[in-house]
Amino acid sequence: MEHITTPKVEQVKLLDRLTSKKPAVGTLYLTATHLIYVESSPELRRETWILHHHISAIEKLPLTSTGCPLLIHCKNFRVTHFVICRERDCHDVYSSLLKLSQPVLFEELYAFSYNPKQNEMDRGMGWKMLDIREEFQRMGVPNEYWEQTDVNEGYETCNTYSTFLCVPKGTSKPIIVGSSKFRSRGRFPVLSYFFKENSAAICRCSQPLSGFSARCVEDEQMLQAINKANPGSSFMYVVDTRPKLNAMANRAAGKGYENEDHYSNIRFQFIGIENIHVMRNSLQKLLEVCELKAPSMSEFLTGLENSGWLRHIKTVMDAGAFLAKAVAEENASVLVHCSDGWDRTVQVCSLAALLLDSYYRSIKGFMVLVEKEWISMGHKFSQRCGHLEGDPKEVSPVFTQFIECTWHLMEQFPCAFEFNERYLLEIHDHVFSCQFGNFIGNCQKERQELKLQEKTYSLWPFLLEKQYLYQNPLYKSNAVNIVLKPNTAPFNFKFWCGMYNRFDKGMQPRQSVLDCLHVSMKQKIELEETVTGLNQKLTQQDQSQSGATFILPMKISIEDDSSQSQVLGVPQDYMEEQQILLANGTEELIETISDGNQERDNVTDSSFSHQSTLNNIDCLGLVKLNVQVDEGSHQISQDTIEK
Amino acid sequence: MEFSELIETSKVDHVLLSRPFLQPVKGTLCVTSHHLLLSSRAGDKEELWLLIRNIDGIEKRSAGSSGIITIKCKDLCVMSLEIPGMEECLNIAKSIEALSSLESTSHMYPFFYRPKQLNLLEGWDLFTPEEQFTKLSVHTDNWRLSYVNKEFAVCTTYPDAVIVHKCIDDAAIKMVAGFRQGGRFPVFSYYHKKTKMIIMRSSQPLTGANGKRCKEDEHFLAAVIQPDKKGYIIDTRSIQAAHQAKVKGGGFESKTNYHNWKRLHRPIARGRVLQESLIKLVDACNDQSNSIDRWLSKLETSKWLTHLKTVLTTACMAAQCVDREGASVLIHGSEGRDTTLQLTSLAQIILDPDCRTISGFQALIEREWLQAGHPFQLRCASSAYSHAKLKQEAPVFLIFLDCCWQMSCQFPCSFQFNEQFLITLFEHAYASCFGTFLCNNEKERFTLNVKEQTISIWARMNSPSERKHYVNPLYERNNFTIWPSVAPQSLQLWQGLFLRWIRTPEHQNEAWEQIKHIVELGSRKANPSSTELSVLKEDYAAN
Repeated sequence: MEHITTPKVEQVKLLDRLTSKKPAVGTLYLTATHLIYVESSPELRRETWILHHHISAIEKLPLTSTGCPLLIHCKNFRVTHFVICRERDCHDVYSSLLKLSQPVLFEELYAFSYNPKQNEMDRGMGWKMLDIREEFQRMGVPNEYWEQTDVNEGYETCNTYSTFLCVPKGTSKPIIVGSSKFRSRGRFPVLSYFFKENSAAICRCSQPLSGFSARCVEDEQMLQAINKANPGSSFMYVVDTRPKLNAMANRAAGKGYENEDHYSNIRFQFIGIENIHVMRNSLQKLLEVCELKAPSMSEFLTGLENSGWLRHIKTVMDAGAFLAKAVAEENASVLVHCSDGWDRTVQVCSLAALLLDSYYRSIKGFMVLVEKEWISMGHKFSQRCGHLEGDPKEVSPVFTQFIECTWHLMEQFPCAFEFNERYLLEIHDHVFSCQFGNFIGNCQKERQELKLQEKTYSLWPFLLEKQYLYQNPLYKSNAVNIVLKPNTAPFNFKFWCGMYNRFDKGMQPRQSVLDCLHVSMKQKIELEETVTGLNQKLTQQDQSQSGATFILPMKISIEDDSSQSQVLGVPQDYMEEQQILLANGTEELIETISDGNQERDNVTDSSFSHQSTLNNIDCLGLVKLNVQVDEGSHQISQDTIEK
Repeated sequence: MEFSELIETSKVDHVLLSRPFLQPVKGTLCVTSHHLLLSSRAGDKEELWLLIRNIDGIEKRSAGSSGIITIKCKDLCVMSLEIPGMEECLNIAKSIEALSSLESTSHMYPFFYRPKQLNLLEGWDLFTPEEQFTKLSVHTDNWRLSYVNKEFAVCTTYPDAVIVHKCIDDAAIKMVAGFRQGGRFPVFSYYHKKTKMIIMRSSQPLTGANGKRCKEDEHFLAAVIQPDKKGYIIDTRSIQAAHQAKVKGGGFESKTNYHNWKRLHRPIARGRVLQESLIKLVDACNDQSNSIDRWLSKLETSKWLTHLKTVLTTACMAAQCVDREGASVLIHGSEGRDTTLQLTSLAQIILDPDCRTISGFQALIEREWLQAGHPFQLRCASSAYSHAKLKQEAPVFLIFLDCCWQMSCQFPCSFQFNEQFLITLFEHAYASCFGTFLCNNEKERFTLNVKEQTISIWARMNSPSERKHYVNPLYERNNFTIWPSVAPQSLQLWQGLFLRWIRTPEHQNEAWEQIKHIVELGSRKANPSSTELSVLKEDYAAN
């Protein structure tokens, strides 16, 4: 709290950056964890909650006649434009937020103070909900080819790996240790995914320290062991996910890639995924495009192209598809690495697993996948997400890209995933929110040292509790054991408006198919429950044979119109829209229709029920939603509830 | 004329057909007057039954001793025929070229198509100006139905009955018609109940370089709006283009002579620019190269989405004038047969929930496109693949359909029809066995007896077995105005149409099946529990 000098500022304007709508006026509050903005308009009292940890950049723009503009960019791609009357207040808020959004110590993170009023036992259970050992068992490991190794007990061999690791059966400790010494940061080859159907496997590691000519017998033996562990193929792929040029440059630094002459029966392949710096810059460019005010179609498409973002997404997807194909169709095992094996390698391995195994396309399975490939294997969440004040060059949207690839797959295979887009967005939010302990720290060892399991809560049980929100009604659970073969032709990669312009509600579809289907499913359940209830009564009646009068159950009729929610939008300013296109026009063009159309329409805003999930879901009454606004939990929920 | 004269070779054996998503098949190829048929003679089933009118362009090349004909269809499908013997191949190609370029309308297939199930008369009288007028007179008596255009005497591209303001008599209409290009005087298009405002359409006034005036025209437009109100004229040309039009005798309504009308220029692409945009877009979609940058750059240079955005934005603006401003609107470009109709019809879809139903949309197409004289035959003479010299082709109607699709994506529960419905209309506008989209206006249809001698597409689309394919399971009537977002982020490529032969539809179809299933289970009608429920209720009653 010591950073907050002005906890409350009144008469703050919130600009809608897309339209020239009259800005809302309200009060801005700073709490220890959130920035809260409450609109003054009595009938709406709409609230905007922004978690300090979500803030990625704050800009104080030059003073204008109406006040001092404050622009807040968030890691979940919200952009909020406030105008504060007094320069002094603005400065106070600005400097407070600057400090609040960049904690220095892990202990300052939200998770360490967040208290969902859960008892200790439940918390402990929450952390034990996902078990990597169990997951390997599900895959069929250990088996005659693979076994667990205790070589990393106490993080002795590799301090960024977890302690639960699997290697080819019978691989001796000296081989493992030898191999780990020949790999960048000791990240020796371990099992990532075992494909039961044909015993082909995906393994992951970091780059070899080969330089121009160095060899390591143990490492060569290690790869040979991996190859042998798959009797179905005479060769294995070694996939270096970097561009060839980058890999070659690494050789000069004593690192590099596998020489095909030194390793028997490998097929070496470069993939060409760019490094974290390229990705960071690409996202920056993409966001600049998203934030353009009323761009023309050409500006948008050109900007999208120039950002390179979709090109990178496609490369990652191509790599994942390559792996899945090698495993499922060529029966070949694959060893994947990049430089350190904690960014591109993770993306590619987890994507391949998603394609190969329908379990990971379930709500729980996706958690397991993130836990197994990302968290436990040392993806540096805290650095990549910029949880703490630190080197901005370590920040990179690696996980965001994985989430986006998953979304593209969901678009292409609408019935193959148990979860929906909201689930992805919720997880993505929490990777940055630091409300739960899961993503804090950079590796398991660090997490253990931080005592996260004792001091914070795990996100997963909270998501499971709300899983009805994340259900994809189109999911065909019988479609298991199907390997997805995504089409990666360019036209399949489209801009994800629901992510990058998610908070610009005006750009989103005004009616949600998902909500409609949820309503239908609710009606179905009610109908069936009514029938069951009636049947029971009838049975009782038959048994009693009394012929006494019966009271019909309350819910005998389900009104068909229960979902009759009307939809209406406020038009955006189409005149404005056009003017920008025709900036060279004459004055004839300039007169706009008076801004009567921009007035807020009561009917309009309150009738957005197709859009606002939670309104609908609440009325589903399936599970009582546990929104605890006071604790500032459930970031999404608060924004969606528009009263 | 005998079709047989044009057919050089009517039958070839051992032809190999390759098409998207299907296994290649070998069989006998037959060329008939209107169709290309291919049968493998396995179980007597035709493997291919292609309307020759649907062929947009062909390319031929030799491969060893045989020749390969690539057939590119107006519905964007590309297929190939491998024909043994180069000479046969050339003969077939020549026949296809001759048959597909027949210009005589009365020789087209709809005049020969006589399916057993469908009646010649059905569907033709579904949507008449009389009916439209009856609906209008419930709300206002300011308008009247005029037969001034009987036998198309005043305007060749209008129907014989039009709705005009009651203040203008038929004599004055004739004067106004003389002052408007092609005689397209301002006619009623849409009445907005909420604000009592209207949308009208016309062609440009013939003011010419000397600023010619027409008192009746000015008087008429002044009378349409109340004295204290303002109307908006939306001119679909840039102000420069409107000025240039004066040289050729056209022009625009000047402020001084039409003082209570405010003119807004909103240039919308038409003609060659639009056609080339379609060609570039389809080319981009068919590009097999694997680079995102190239794809995005081609998508951008095609300008298709730009045109789409402009049309949709302007239509929204027109609707905004009527709904939010409480102002009446007159829309025209030059001839008033293309961009004008895009705007009047899209504005109605935004404003009027009736237009978002299946029959309402059909009525809209009849009113605002067919009877309003959109020259379908000229505009849809060729599609994206034709190598023929462009004449008057332009995908004006396709842009309209695409705008409808964009809106249906943003309001997925507000349209009674689905994507397939729009795609079907696209197909039939370009090549059809039905007569609906033949000719360029009602006069031509009358002259050729189209309504007596061909079958209406509405007869087919409304038959119960067919109609079910066009229903959006999520539809729930939404009585409000729908305001789409026109931000570039909100508009997308219509994959279902432009990639329909490139991307397999199985996963999308599967999704729609699921949606249908869920909605049916949720509604009382289809859920088996419902039947059970009513039985149980009866049991209770009996007790």
